[in-house]
Amino acid sequence: MNATMTGVHEERAFGFWLYLMSDAIIFALLFATYLVMRNNLAGGPGGGELFDLSNAFVETMLLLVSSLTFGFAALSADARRRGAVLMWLGVTFVLGVAFVMLELREFAGMIAEGAGPDRSGFLSAFFTLVGTHGLHVSGGLTFIAVMMGQIVFKGLTPPVTSRLFRLGLFWHFLDIVWIGIFSVVYLPGGL
Amino acid sequence: MGEARPYRSLRTYLIGFALALVLTAVPFGLVATRALPAGQILVVIAVAAVVQVLVHLRFFLHLDLRTTPRENLLALGFAAVLICIMIGGSLVIMFNLHYRMWV
Repeated sequence: MNATMTGVHEERAFGFWLYLMSDAIIFALLFATYLVMRNNLAGGPGGGELFDLSNAFVETMLLLVSSLTFGFAALSADARRRGAVLMWLGVTFVLGVAFVMLELREFAGMIAEGAGPDRSGFLSAFFTLVGTHGLHVSGGLTFIAVMMGQIVFKGLTPPVTSRLFRLGLFWHFLDIVWIGIFSVVYLPGGL
Repeated sequence: MGEARPYRSLRTYLIGFALALVLTAVPFGLVATRALPAGQILVVIAVAAVVQVLVHLRFFLHLDLRTTPRENLLALGFAAVLICIMIGGSLVIMFNLHYRMWV
Protein backbone atom coordinates (compact mmCIF):
# COMPACT_ATOMS: atom_id res chain seq x y z
CA MET A 1 0.00 0.00 0.00
CA ASN A 2 1.30 3.45 -0.80
CA ALA A 3 1.84 6.30 1.65
CA THR A 4 -1.24 8.30 0.56
CA MET A 5 -3.56 5.39 1.28
CA THR A 6 -2.03 4.88 4.73
CA GLY A 7 -2.49 8.60 5.44
CA VAL A 8 -6.15 8.45 4.40
CA HIS A 9 -6.64 5.37 6.57
CA GLU A 10 -5.08 7.08 9.59
CA GLU A 11 -7.23 10.19 9.10
CA ARG A 12 -10.43 8.18 8.79
CA ALA A 13 -9.52 6.03 11.78
CA PHE A 14 -9.03 9.23 13.81
CA GLY A 15 -12.34 10.70 12.59
CA PHE A 16 -14.14 7.50 13.49
CA TRP A 17 -12.42 7.51 16.88
CA LEU A 18 -13.77 11.04 17.52
CA TYR A 19 -17.26 9.79 16.61
CA LEU A 20 -16.89 6.92 19.09
CA MET A 21 -15.81 9.34 21.84
CA SER A 22 -18.89 11.52 21.27
CA ASP A 23 -21.03 8.38 21.25
CA ALA A 24 -19.45 7.44 24.59
CA ILE A 25 -20.57 10.81 25.94
CA ILE A 26 -24.16 10.14 24.80
CA PHE A 27 -24.06 6.83 26.67
CA ALA A 28 -22.55 8.54 29.73
CA LEU A 29 -25.53 10.92 29.84
CA LEU A 30 -27.96 8.00 29.52
CA PHE A 31 -26.13 6.23 32.37
CA ALA A 32 -26.35 9.39 34.51
CA THR A 33 -30.08 9.65 33.73
CA TYR A 34 -30.60 6.00 34.64
CA LEU A 35 -28.77 6.36 37.95
CA VAL A 36 -30.83 9.43 38.86
CA MET A 37 -34.12 7.73 37.88
CA ARG A 38 -33.26 4.33 39.38
CA ASN A 39 -35.47 4.70 42.45
CA ASN A 40 -38.34 6.56 40.76
CA LEU A 41 -40.57 3.51 40.51
CA ALA A 42 -43.94 5.32 40.71
CA GLY A 43 -45.29 2.24 42.52
CA GLY A 44 -44.25 0.01 39.61
CA PRO A 45 -41.87 -2.95 39.59
CA GLY A 46 -38.13 -2.45 40.23
CA GLY A 47 -35.01 -4.10 38.88
CA GLY A 48 -35.06 -6.91 41.45
CA GLU A 49 -38.39 -8.22 40.13
CA LEU A 50 -37.78 -7.51 36.42
CA PHE A 51 -34.17 -8.45 35.69
CA ASP A 52 -33.18 -12.01 34.90
CA LEU A 53 -29.52 -12.39 35.84
CA SER A 54 -28.95 -15.52 33.74
CA ASN A 55 -30.39 -13.77 30.67
CA ALA A 56 -28.03 -10.82 31.23
CA PHE A 57 -25.13 -13.27 31.66
CA VAL A 58 -25.90 -15.04 28.38
CA GLU A 59 -26.14 -11.65 26.60
CA THR A 60 -22.77 -10.66 28.12
CA MET A 61 -21.16 -13.89 26.92
CA LEU A 62 -22.61 -13.49 23.41
CA LEU A 63 -21.11 -10.01 23.06
CA LEU A 64 -17.78 -11.01 24.62
CA VAL A 65 -17.38 -14.06 22.36
CA SER A 66 -18.41 -11.94 19.37
CA SER A 67 -15.59 -9.51 20.24
CA LEU A 68 -13.18 -12.46 20.14
CA THR A 69 -14.55 -13.79 16.83
CA PHE A 70 -14.31 -10.29 15.36
CA GLY A 71 -10.67 -10.31 16.46
CA PHE A 72 -10.22 -13.60 14.55
CA ALA A 73 -11.76 -11.93 11.47
CA ALA A 74 -9.29 -9.02 11.81
CA LEU A 75 -6.36 -11.43 12.14
CA SER A 76 -7.57 -13.37 9.09
CA ALA A 77 -7.71 -10.07 7.18
CA ASP A 78 -4.09 -9.39 8.20
CA ALA A 79 -3.20 -12.83 6.83
CA ARG A 80 -5.17 -12.04 3.60
CA ARG A 81 -7.39 -15.10 4.07
CA ARG A 82 -10.67 -13.96 2.56
CA GLY A 83 -12.66 -17.13 3.27
CA ALA A 84 -11.65 -17.07 6.93
CA VAL A 85 -12.57 -13.36 7.24
CA LEU A 86 -16.04 -14.09 5.85
CA MET A 87 -16.47 -17.11 8.13
CA TRP A 88 -15.51 -15.21 11.31
CA LEU A 89 -17.62 -12.17 10.34
CA GLY A 90 -20.50 -14.59 9.81
CA VAL A 91 -20.00 -16.08 13.28
CA THR A 92 -19.84 -12.56 14.77
CA PHE A 93 -23.04 -11.65 12.94
CA VAL A 94 -24.90 -14.71 14.27
CA LEU A 95 -23.76 -13.97 17.85
CA GLY A 96 -24.88 -10.35 17.46
CA VAL A 97 -28.29 -11.42 16.13
CA ALA A 98 -28.68 -13.81 19.07
CA PHE A 99 -27.89 -10.91 21.44
CA VAL A 100 -30.49 -8.63 19.83
CA MET A 101 -33.09 -11.44 19.87
CA LEU A 102 -32.54 -12.06 23.60
CA GLU A 103 -32.82 -8.33 24.30
CA LEU A 104 -36.03 -8.00 22.26
CA ARG A 105 -37.49 -11.03 24.05
CA GLU A 106 -36.65 -9.44 27.40
CA PHE A 107 -38.24 -6.12 26.34
CA ALA A 108 -41.34 -7.85 24.99
CA GLY A 109 -41.72 -9.84 28.23
CA MET A 110 -41.43 -6.69 30.35
CA ILE A 111 -43.94 -4.78 28.21
CA ALA A 112 -46.36 -7.74 28.37
CA GLU A 113 -46.15 -7.63 32.19
CA GLY A 114 -47.13 -3.96 32.12
CA ALA A 115 -43.55 -2.84 32.80
CA GLY A 116 -43.08 -0.88 29.56
CA PRO A 117 -41.18 2.40 29.19
CA ASP A 118 -44.34 4.38 30.09
CA ARG A 119 -44.71 2.72 33.51
CA SER A 120 -42.21 4.77 35.56
CA GLY A 121 -39.22 7.06 35.33
CA PHE A 122 -36.99 4.09 36.14
CA LEU A 123 -38.40 2.07 33.23
CA SER A 124 -38.20 5.04 30.81
CA ALA A 125 -34.52 5.43 31.65
CA PHE A 126 -33.93 1.66 31.46
CA PHE A 127 -35.50 1.28 28.01
CA THR A 128 -33.72 4.39 26.70
CA LEU A 129 -30.28 3.27 27.89
CA VAL A 130 -30.48 -0.43 27.00
CA GLY A 131 -32.51 0.25 23.84
CA THR A 132 -29.96 2.77 22.56
CA HIS A 133 -27.23 0.16 22.99
CA GLY A 134 -29.42 -2.43 21.24
CA LEU A 135 -29.96 -0.03 18.33
CA HIS A 136 -26.20 0.45 18.07
CA VAL A 137 -25.69 -3.33 17.98
CA SER A 138 -28.34 -3.58 15.25
CA GLY A 139 -26.50 -0.85 13.33
CA GLY A 140 -23.26 -2.78 13.82
CA LEU A 141 -24.95 -5.90 12.39
CA THR A 142 -25.93 -3.93 9.28
CA PHE A 143 -22.35 -2.68 9.06
CA ILE A 144 -21.06 -6.30 9.30
CA ALA A 145 -23.47 -7.46 6.57
CA VAL A 146 -22.37 -4.60 4.28
CA MET A 147 -18.69 -5.40 4.89
CA MET A 148 -19.28 -9.10 4.14
CA GLY A 149 -20.83 -8.03 0.83
CA GLN A 150 -17.90 -5.75 0.05
CA ILE A 151 -15.39 -8.52 0.85
CA VAL A 152 -17.27 -10.92 -1.45
CA PHE A 153 -17.55 -8.47 -4.35
CA LYS A 154 -14.46 -6.27 -3.99
CA GLY A 155 -12.04 -8.52 -2.12
CA LEU A 156 -9.67 -7.40 0.64
CA THR A 157 -8.65 -4.15 -1.08
CA PRO A 158 -7.06 -1.35 1.00
CA PRO A 159 -10.33 0.65 1.27
CA VAL A 160 -12.21 -2.49 2.38
CA THR A 161 -9.67 -3.47 5.06
CA SER A 162 -9.67 0.16 6.21
CA ARG A 163 -13.47 0.01 6.70
CA LEU A 164 -13.15 -3.38 8.36
CA PHE A 165 -10.72 -1.79 10.85
CA ARG A 166 -13.27 0.93 11.73
CA LEU A 167 -16.04 -1.68 12.03
CA GLY A 168 -13.77 -3.42 14.56
CA LEU A 169 -13.44 -0.21 16.58
CA PHE A 170 -17.24 0.14 16.58
CA TRP A 171 -17.91 -3.48 17.57
CA HIS A 172 -15.38 -3.54 20.43
CA PHE A 173 -16.68 -0.14 21.61
CA LEU A 174 -20.22 -1.58 21.89
CA ASP A 175 -18.89 -4.38 24.08
CA ILE A 176 -17.30 -1.76 26.36
CA VAL A 177 -20.64 0.06 26.68
CA TRP A 178 -22.24 -3.27 27.57
CA ILE A 179 -19.77 -3.71 30.48
CA GLY A 180 -21.25 -0.47 31.83
CA ILE A 181 -24.81 -1.72 31.30
CA PHE A 182 -24.45 -5.02 33.13
CA SER A 183 -22.40 -3.37 35.90
CA VAL A 184 -24.76 -0.43 36.43
CA VAL A 185 -28.15 -1.89 35.48
CA TYR A 186 -28.36 -5.67 35.79
CA LEU A 187 -25.92 -6.57 38.60
CA PRO A 188 -26.97 -3.87 41.14
CA GLY A 189 -30.61 -4.50 40.13
CA GLY A 190 -30.21 -8.19 40.95
CA LEU A 191 -28.76 -7.54 44.42
CA MET B 1 -3.23 -1.22 7.55
CA GLY B 2 -3.79 -4.89 6.79
CA GLU B 3 -0.16 -5.72 6.08
CA ALA B 4 2.01 -5.10 9.11
CA ARG B 5 0.30 -5.02 12.48
CA PRO B 6 2.67 -6.55 14.99
CA TYR B 7 0.55 -5.29 17.91
CA ARG B 8 -2.46 -7.35 16.75
CA SER B 9 -1.97 -11.05 17.34
CA LEU B 10 -3.92 -14.13 18.37
CA ARG B 11 -2.13 -13.93 21.71
CA THR B 12 -3.43 -10.45 22.61
CA TYR B 13 -7.02 -11.39 21.72
CA LEU B 14 -6.89 -14.60 23.76
CA ILE B 15 -5.30 -12.91 26.79
CA GLY B 16 -7.94 -10.16 26.62
CA PHE B 17 -10.72 -12.70 26.31
CA ALA B 18 -9.48 -14.75 29.29
CA LEU B 19 -9.14 -11.65 31.49
CA ALA B 20 -12.58 -10.38 30.42
CA LEU B 21 -14.11 -13.80 31.24
CA VAL B 22 -12.70 -13.71 34.78
CA LEU B 23 -13.73 -10.07 35.29
CA THR B 24 -17.27 -10.96 34.16
CA ALA B 25 -17.61 -14.24 36.06
CA VAL B 26 -16.52 -12.78 39.43
CA PRO B 27 -19.21 -10.03 39.73
CA PHE B 28 -21.96 -12.25 38.26
CA GLY B 29 -20.97 -15.07 40.59
CA LEU B 30 -21.00 -12.78 43.62
CA VAL B 31 -24.45 -11.39 42.79
CA ALA B 32 -25.84 -14.89 42.12
CA THR B 33 -24.46 -16.38 45.37
CA ARG B 34 -24.54 -13.19 47.52
CA ALA B 35 -21.28 -14.39 49.10
CA LEU B 36 -20.52 -10.90 50.46
CA PRO B 37 -22.60 -8.06 51.96
CA ALA B 38 -24.34 -5.99 49.26
CA GLY B 39 -22.13 -2.92 49.79
CA GLN B 40 -18.93 -4.92 49.25
CA ILE B 41 -20.38 -6.63 46.16
CA LEU B 42 -21.10 -3.18 44.66
CA VAL B 43 -17.46 -2.23 45.19
CA VAL B 44 -16.29 -5.45 43.49
CA ILE B 45 -18.69 -4.82 40.56
CA ALA B 46 -17.34 -1.27 40.12
CA VAL B 47 -13.67 -2.30 40.29
CA ALA B 48 -14.19 -5.29 37.95
CA ALA B 49 -16.03 -3.03 35.45
CA VAL B 50 -13.28 -0.39 35.38
CA VAL B 51 -10.55 -3.02 35.02
CA GLN B 52 -12.50 -4.81 32.29
CA VAL B 53 -12.92 -1.55 30.33
CA LEU B 54 -9.13 -1.09 30.51
CA VAL B 55 -8.60 -4.73 29.41
CA HIS B 56 -10.87 -4.20 26.38
CA LEU B 57 -9.10 -0.95 25.46
CA ARG B 58 -5.70 -2.62 25.72
CA PHE B 59 -6.30 -6.06 24.19
CA PHE B 60 -9.26 -5.56 21.79
CA LEU B 61 -8.84 -1.91 20.73
CA HIS B 62 -5.02 -2.24 21.00
CA LEU B 63 -4.53 1.07 22.78
CA ASP B 64 -0.91 1.50 23.71
CA LEU B 65 0.61 4.56 25.34
CA ARG B 66 3.63 4.31 23.02
CA THR B 67 2.25 3.32 19.62
CA THR B 68 -1.30 4.77 19.56
CA PRO B 69 -1.32 8.27 17.96
CA ARG B 70 -1.23 10.96 20.61
CA GLU B 71 -4.39 12.72 19.34
CA ASN B 72 -6.40 9.49 19.77
CA LEU B 73 -5.24 9.22 23.38
CA LEU B 74 -5.99 12.91 23.94
CA ALA B 75 -9.52 12.48 22.58
CA LEU B 76 -10.02 9.45 24.83
CA GLY B 77 -8.68 11.31 27.86
CA PHE B 78 -10.87 14.33 27.13
CA ALA B 79 -13.94 12.12 26.72
CA ALA B 80 -13.10 10.37 30.00
CA VAL B 81 -12.86 13.73 31.82
CA LEU B 82 -16.18 14.88 30.33
CA ILE B 83 -17.84 11.60 31.30
CA CYS B 84 -16.60 11.90 34.90
CA ILE B 85 -17.78 15.52 35.15
CA MET B 86 -21.20 14.76 33.65
CA ILE B 87 -21.97 11.54 35.55
CA GLY B 88 -20.40 12.71 38.82
CA GLY B 89 -21.90 16.21 38.57
CA SER B 90 -25.39 14.94 37.68
CA LEU B 91 -25.39 12.51 40.58
CA VAL B 92 -24.12 15.04 43.14
CA ILE B 93 -26.66 17.67 42.08
CA MET B 94 -29.65 15.34 41.74
CA PHE B 95 -29.07 13.41 44.98
CA ASN B 96 -28.36 16.62 46.87
CA LEU B 97 -31.63 18.01 45.52
CA HIS B 98 -33.42 14.80 46.44
CA TYR B 99 -32.00 14.97 49.96
CA ARG B 100 -33.07 18.59 50.43
CA MET B 101 -36.57 18.02 49.04
CA TRP B 102 -37.10 14.92 51.14
CA VAL B 103 -36.05 16.16 54.57
